Amino acid sequence: MEAATHTGFIVAAYAFAFGVVGGLTAWVMADYRAQLRKLTALEKRGIVRRSAPPAGTIEQAKENA
Amino acid sequence: MTSLAAILVRDIRVSVRVGGGALIGVLFFLIVVTLAPLALGPDLNLLKRIGPAILWLAALLASLLALDRLFAADHDDGSLDLILLGRAPLEIVVAVKGVAHWLTTGLPLVVAAPPIGLFLNLDAPAAAALVLTLLVGTPALTFMGLIGAALAVTLRRGGLLLAVLVLPLTVPVLIFGVAAANAAVAGPAPFGTPFTVLCALTLASLVIGPFAAAAALRQEME
Amino acid sequence: MAIADLANPTHFLKFANRAIPVLGGLASIAFAFGINQAINSPDDYQQGATVKIMYLHVPGAWLGMLGWGVMTVAALGTLVWRHPLADVAAKAAAPIGAAFTLMCLVTGSLWGRPMWGTYWVWDARLTSVLLLFLLYLGVIALWRTVEDPSRAARAAAVLTLVGAVDLPIIKFSVDWWNTLHQPASVFRMGGPTIDPALLVPLFVMTTAFTLAFFAFLLAAMRNEILRRRVRTLQLMQAGAVS
Repeated sequence: MEAATHTGFIVAAYAFAFGVVGGLTAWVMADYRAQLRKLTALEKRGIVRRSAPPAGTIEQAKENA
Repeated sequence: MTSLAAILVRDIRVSVRVGGGALIGVLFFLIVVTLAPLALGPDLNLLKRIGPAILWLAALLASLLALDRLFAADHDDGSLDLILLGRAPLEIVVAVKGVAHWLTTGLPLVVAAPPIGLFLNLDAPAAAALVLTLLVGTPALTFMGLIGAALAVTLRRGGLLLAVLVLPLTVPVLIFGVAAANAAVAGPAPFGTPFTVLCALTLASLVIGPFAAAAALRQEME
Repeated sequence: MAIADLANPTHFLKFANRAIPVLGGLASIAFAFGINQAINSPDDYQQGATVKIMYLHVPGAWLGMLGWGVMTVAALGTLVWRHPLADVAAKAAAPIGAAFTLMCLVTGSLWGRPMWGTYWVWDARLTSVLLLFLLYLGVIALWRTVEDPSRAARAAAVLTLVGAVDLPIIKFSVDWWNTLHQPASVFRMGGPTIDPALLVPLFVMTTAFTLAFFAFLLAAMRNEILRRRVRTLQLMQAGAVS
């Protein structure tokens, strides 16, 4: 029956979908860590936003994550 | 040596960042290939026959796009003056910028060609031949393009002029590139003949391009 | 908690920090359930097991359109109501919507090869979805090319509203034109024409993908807010902003 030879296509489709979801997950996670790193680095050098409390925002953000 | 490596890395970085246009070339390539069947009709057999030609045309136009700012950006922020005053020979610097341009514009086109070729119903042998011809031919497009980019450096909106200057120079590359891609699939002529000529054109452009572009830059900047 | 409360980025971050793991967890459960369903569901009498690609292809199409829908609402938020988080939502939604549209195109292509004999055909439905994908790439390019975030947001908003025209075209393309792609079989007058045995896995997988979409969206919005803070601080450091 023809369906037997179509397994490759089905597997490929599911693999691609898995790749898309995995890729998006990796992207948001990596970006999140990169931004936190930059914020920590800036905070260490004493540069904070006017409206932020002096040094607690980053820890709060990390805590809540 | 380090200064040339620095120029290479810097050009690549700028090209990949905001406003640099590295992947825009591939997007433009995709759009032009999409436009072709919308204009020609959806007959898959027709598309398969003229597919290599359409892909080559699209690659040619996409390569052309990013040439616009190649020297103009350096001219605007003054680094072109520094390059002219520097110790490295201008021809070599120009060649290095050409390499950076090809890596960020031409090479992505080569990689993108097979999946995009699916839209034109290209089968595996046709796609393989096409990739090979693009791989060899796109450096020629970049390096001949250097000449136009250098000539248009002092113009604010030199985009179209640059295209008018560069396109005639790239005609031989286009002819032999498409001939080779087609010969691999149909046609009585063997793949080797036009492909060898294509290789020769590219090798010649690697020399002619930087020398002519450097001469043009010196003229412009005096 | 009203939408208006979320307009404050700091409040939004608190909300996002709680909501993202919840959505992610629910999505994972739904995927586990859905894949199980997909494996155990019956084959189609005509298409055999290949019909299982539908459980990826249809959610992809739906989310591709939902993504642009989110961007359209955000665009109105930017241009009309000037909601502070509209820009952030629009920028965050674009790559996610594009990824799911690509998933729709690729899984559809892999479905078409065994079923129709070709990876691609230039019919109305496929062409209009491909155009949607190109529009996504264009708006992403626009976001990346304009330096200033607010200017980028306004430009992207205009492009988004214009591009929204493609959504009804996609939806009705199978009705207006003679297409190879099958006509509407779920959302139509008279109810779905798909057998319930296939409808259940489809529904579960669609739910799973949609939960994942919103998890990604909130996460990307959180990242964008943090990115803007970084940018502001870097500009402060450079003395450009006091």
